Amino acid sequence: MNLSPDKQREMLRQMLTIRRFEERASADYHAGKIYGVVHCYIGEEAVAVGVCSALETGDQIISTHRGHGHCIAKGADLNRMMAELYGRQGGYCKGKGGSMHIADFGIGMLGANGIVAGGISIVTGAGLAAQMDGNERVAVSFFGDGASNAGPFHECLNIAAAWKLPMLYICENNMYAAQTAAAATHAMPDVAGRAAGYGIPGIVVDGNDIFAVYQAAARAVVRARAGEGPTLIECKTYRWRAHTERVGQPDFRTPGEIESWKAKDPITRLSAQLIAQGSMTDADAKAMDDEVQASIAASVAFAEASPFPTPEQALDDMYAA
Amino acid sequence: MREITYAQAGVEAVAEEMRADPRIFYMSTDPIMPLVKEFGEKRVKATPIAEAALTGISIGAAGSGYRPIMDWRQVTFSFVAMDQIVNQAAKIHYMFGGQRTFPILYRANVGGGTRLAAQHCQCPYSMFMNLSGLKMFLPSTPYDLKGLLKTAIRDNNPVISFESNRLLASKGPVPEEDYAIPLGVADIKRKGSDVTVVAIAWLVHEALAAAEELAKSGISVEVVDPRTLVPLDAEAIRASVRKTGRLVIADEAGPTAGFSAEVAAVVTEDPATFAGLKAPVRRVCALNVPIPYSPQLEDHVFPDRKRIIAGIRDVLDGARPARSA
Ligand SMILES: Cc1ncc(C[n+]2csc(CCOP(=O)(O)OP(=O)(O)O)c2C)c(N)n1
Ligand SMILES: [Mg+2]
Repeated sequence: MNLSPDKQREMLRQMLTIRRFEERASADYHAGKIYGVVHCYIGEEAVAVGVCSALETGDQIISTHRGHGHCIAKGADLNRMMAELYGRQGGYCKGKGGSMHIADFGIGMLGANGIVAGGISIVTGAGLAAQMDGNERVAVSFFGDGASNAGPFHECLNIAAAWKLPMLYICENNMYAAQTAAAATHAMPDVAGRAAGYGIPGIVVDGNDIFAVYQAAARAVVRARAGEGPTLIECKTYRWRAHTERVGQPDFRTPGEIESWKAKDPITRLSAQLIAQGSMTDADAKAMDDEVQASIAASVAFAEASPFPTPEQALDDMYAA
Repeated sequence: MREITYAQAGVEAVAEEMRADPRIFYMSTDPIMPLVKEFGEKRVKATPIAEAALTGISIGAAGSGYRPIMDWRQVTFSFVAMDQIVNQAAKIHYMFGGQRTFPILYRANVGGGTRLAAQHCQCPYSMFMNLSGLKMFLPSTPYDLKGLLKTAIRDNNPVISFESNRLLASKGPVPEEDYAIPLGVADIKRKGSDVTVVAIAWLVHEALAAAEELAKSGISVEVVDPRTLVPLDAEAIRASVRKTGRLVIADEAGPTAGFSAEVAAVVTEDPATFAGLKAPVRRVCALNVPIPYSPQLEDHVFPDRKRIIAGIRDVLDGARPARSA
């Protein structure tokens, strides 16, 4: 794997951006400035960044209810993201979407989705479009372990395999669907094992090892661009925070389990690696964090300066012209 | 003018639009052979039986620059794709702030008369009418079907074409020349002055037969076919009712929260139209049961010209209470 030091530092920066963005989103949610619900991706950053680092502009992804990480990894604008969480006109969806529905079609981010497994078929359609275009673009579906038990996952894997669609199916197995342990709901421990049923490669990777994720994704991208069809990649990872930021939610996970995964923090891991191999210094790491923090603060300022939608705007964008 | 069937009108509309626009492709678990022949298996795809996936795939392909047509065949099969219809297709344009257009045509056959019993005979269009974000129509003639389909395929939103099982083999005049019918415009299928019958699909023909019958006894019936369900041409319906002062609504679906209820509401909530009503509005709908198999049962459950005539006589008498059903 020959990733330039620049690219490796960029991967670190993106993971850090996701972490800091969500720390702020969580705080602002609890401060009452962000409404409804926020699902944090903290702890899983290596999956989104590892996969998206293997993509080109023009490749398309779709996300889940836990979508901030995928947005940032695909290159979304923090200002418009934060403004969307704040429910403002300047948000990606003009304040109509919120955390569960951020999209930026311009950068190939086809949307977070409030329905578990809801995005899998949509992005498979983007893969079909890429195949019909013949432009060697790929499409990537991010989804959880919980979503892998839903019908559209199976329907889409079969179709993508049968039609050799240029797809990556990325299962983010964080071991839980809300409060329910995957161990209690999955017939087989590895979601990747299901690939055998569709005659496609199914790969398990350490989802907290960004280079392992990157490598698996890069191989799957080569296969997809060559017209050989989809790959299912299961990234074993863990979310640090509760399922959502809503107050008073049960969380049956043990403190010991949570702590053991915090010890496998993908960000600490990559930054230690970069420092050890001489790609950056402690001071560089600190400077990077300061810059990221500044960009988050700027996004909050942008959001706060953006007006709320006017009531009449509720009727805008009903139908396309 | 030449005559073709309702089913042929559908194929012609799709074929003409596919010739004109290479971004259109067609998906069905059971593809239409003349389309496969002309356009090949790449553009007319025989799909796995996976309506949920395919309904969603249509959305993703539409958002990526294509203009997919997804043929659910019987509306029955769309129910396995409810998430993709309700949560995704209907909302994706609005929810993401109008970032992309999603030009999709979904086709679905509806209605009874086929002796296929409860799961394959149904008229659930009002379930879809209730969703903000979709457009839909249910034509009664080959001419209307072709013209509306052409508009729908050119529309930049998800549109559902409901097509009547009972009318697939029926023939009607369809010009050779290109034409399109705008969505949201009703058609007066027969002019009259005593009572308005708003009917859709097969019941337009039953209403016309009823009108013919009643004309013999000097009763003049106006038959209004809205053709499009969403957006509904409320003004054309109100204008007719203001003229006649009486309204009967005929629908092959059951009455509860149905198309017929919507028509009754748009008429009665308009002050001028309400003021002109000489009798209570009367609905002639299917009975509120799943459609049974035996012909004796099925034919009893669905409304027909006899019940439309009875309904018209009721509103002309004025005082008689609505029968249950
Ligand atoms: C079809 C559907 N059922 C239930 C829910 C409620 N729900 C939201 S997130 C979630 C858990 C999803 O788990 P998983 O797919 O593993 O993703 P994770 O939250 O772990 O990232 C559930 C049950 C939903 N949004 N959609
Ligand atoms: Mg999970």
